[in-house]
Amino acid sequence: MNPPKGITRATLLKDLRLEWRSKDAINSMLFFSLLVVVVFSFSFDPVAEESRHIAGGLVWVAFLFAAVVALNQTWARELRNQVLDAYRVSPAPPNSLFLAKALGNFVFVTVLEALMTPLFIAFYRLRALGPAWQLLLVGVLGTWALVVNGTFFAAMSIRTRSREIMLPLLLFPISIPAILAMVQATTSILTAEASARFWIVLLGTYDLLFTTSCLLLFETVLNAE
Amino acid sequence: MTDNAPVISVSNLIKQFGRFAALRGVSADFVGGKLYAILGDNGAGKTTLLRTLAGLNRASSGQVTILGTSNFHDICQQVGYMAHPSLLYDEMSGMENLAYVARLYGIADGSRCAEVIRSVGLDPELTRPVGQYSQGMRQRMSLARALLHDPKVLLLDEPFSNVDVHSTGDMVRLLGRTRDEGKTIFVVTHQASLLEGTADEFVWMEAGKIVGRTSDFRPPERTA
Repeated sequence: MNPPKGITRATLLKDLRLEWRSKDAINSMLFFSLLVVVVFSFSFDPVAEESRHIAGGLVWVAFLFAAVVALNQTWARELRNQVLDAYRVSPAPPNSLFLAKALGNFVFVTVLEALMTPLFIAFYRLRALGPAWQLLLVGVLGTWALVVNGTFFAAMSIRTRSREIMLPLLLFPISIPAILAMVQATTSILTAEASARFWIVLLGTYDLLFTTSCLLLFETVLNAE
Repeated sequence: MTDNAPVISVSNLIKQFGRFAALRGVSADFVGGKLYAILGDNGAGKTTLLRTLAGLNRASSGQVTILGTSNFHDICQQVGYMAHPSLLYDEMSGMENLAYVARLYGIADGSRCAEVIRSVGLDPELTRPVGQYSQGMRQRMSLARALLHDPKVLLLDEPFSNVDVHSTGDMVRLLGRTRDEGKTIFVVTHQASLLEGTADEFVWMEAGKIVGRTSDFRPPERTA
């Protein structure tokens, strides 16, 4: 049998290929984020100082809502033609599927962030007064926090009738500590009024805890009837 | 395992969905190297039985033993499953689909995918995505997916639906050859007449139970 790493890689490449061909998730995410940037910039018209205080919240809320689009697509793809059953009857380990899906979503959301961040900077005239390199760390840890739980809860909600509604209902409450840490860390770095260290450690701990929990529970979720 | 030892043994199998019992105490032994046609009206429990054998449904009670074990994970490499939907990604070509499934089963031989696609009468060079295949081509590609890892037990759900007469004949001959190689095949179908002369046994189901097993395509006599 293929080692789990090889199966994770094959599943990830397959998902990236499917997304490249359909562009279902990335187009919807981009369109949604673009709307948020433009609408909020018209609503607030903030000066640079104000922007630094509100940008953390705006950026992460936009990414969170946009990520939900990708997360719903991830499993919807596996439901068409019941392809998920082909995985379930194979000897491939469930966790390889989970990791591949989470990594795929991480790539999609990272691409979105890379495309949208320059727009946020331009529209809100942002400049970090604190150590800007920490934003990269917050970005990676924050994105992983969103996608790891999102992938798990999207898998849980695929068999429910109104899964598009169910996912945010399950995901948002459990993501509150992570969102709080992302927003506070980003604001701290942009304003340089406090150290972001505590929030970054909190985010790292959250990631570790939830990645482990999701990996332990995913087999049960995958085989639930 | 001796030649006449059952490859699949089902004992008092019950499968309930909520309050509805789809299988109501199915008990049967199936020996290896035979082709079984599973017949019955809609809702008789044929697909539920097949999905339970494939490890996709958990039995509510009773026991299923396949190749001497009731732990599906131990033998999933030996079981091939073809569902009514294709279990294929519409956006990928047949070859890409099978190459992915080959990775799941740890098949390193790159030529195996092309070989099995040819065996169902399709062209492995076809670059068109599966979503653009005709229904018949999709069914044949789905059969190729089930055959890919050369399983000892094949579970096929409606393999002939929407397939043209000529291709159906080819598929039946392929199943006959596969059975002759020693594989055990279960075919759930509403077109049982297609398997006359090829199937070794016709298993008749009604209301979640096996009500008879015949060696020819003739329903068993009703007792009540």
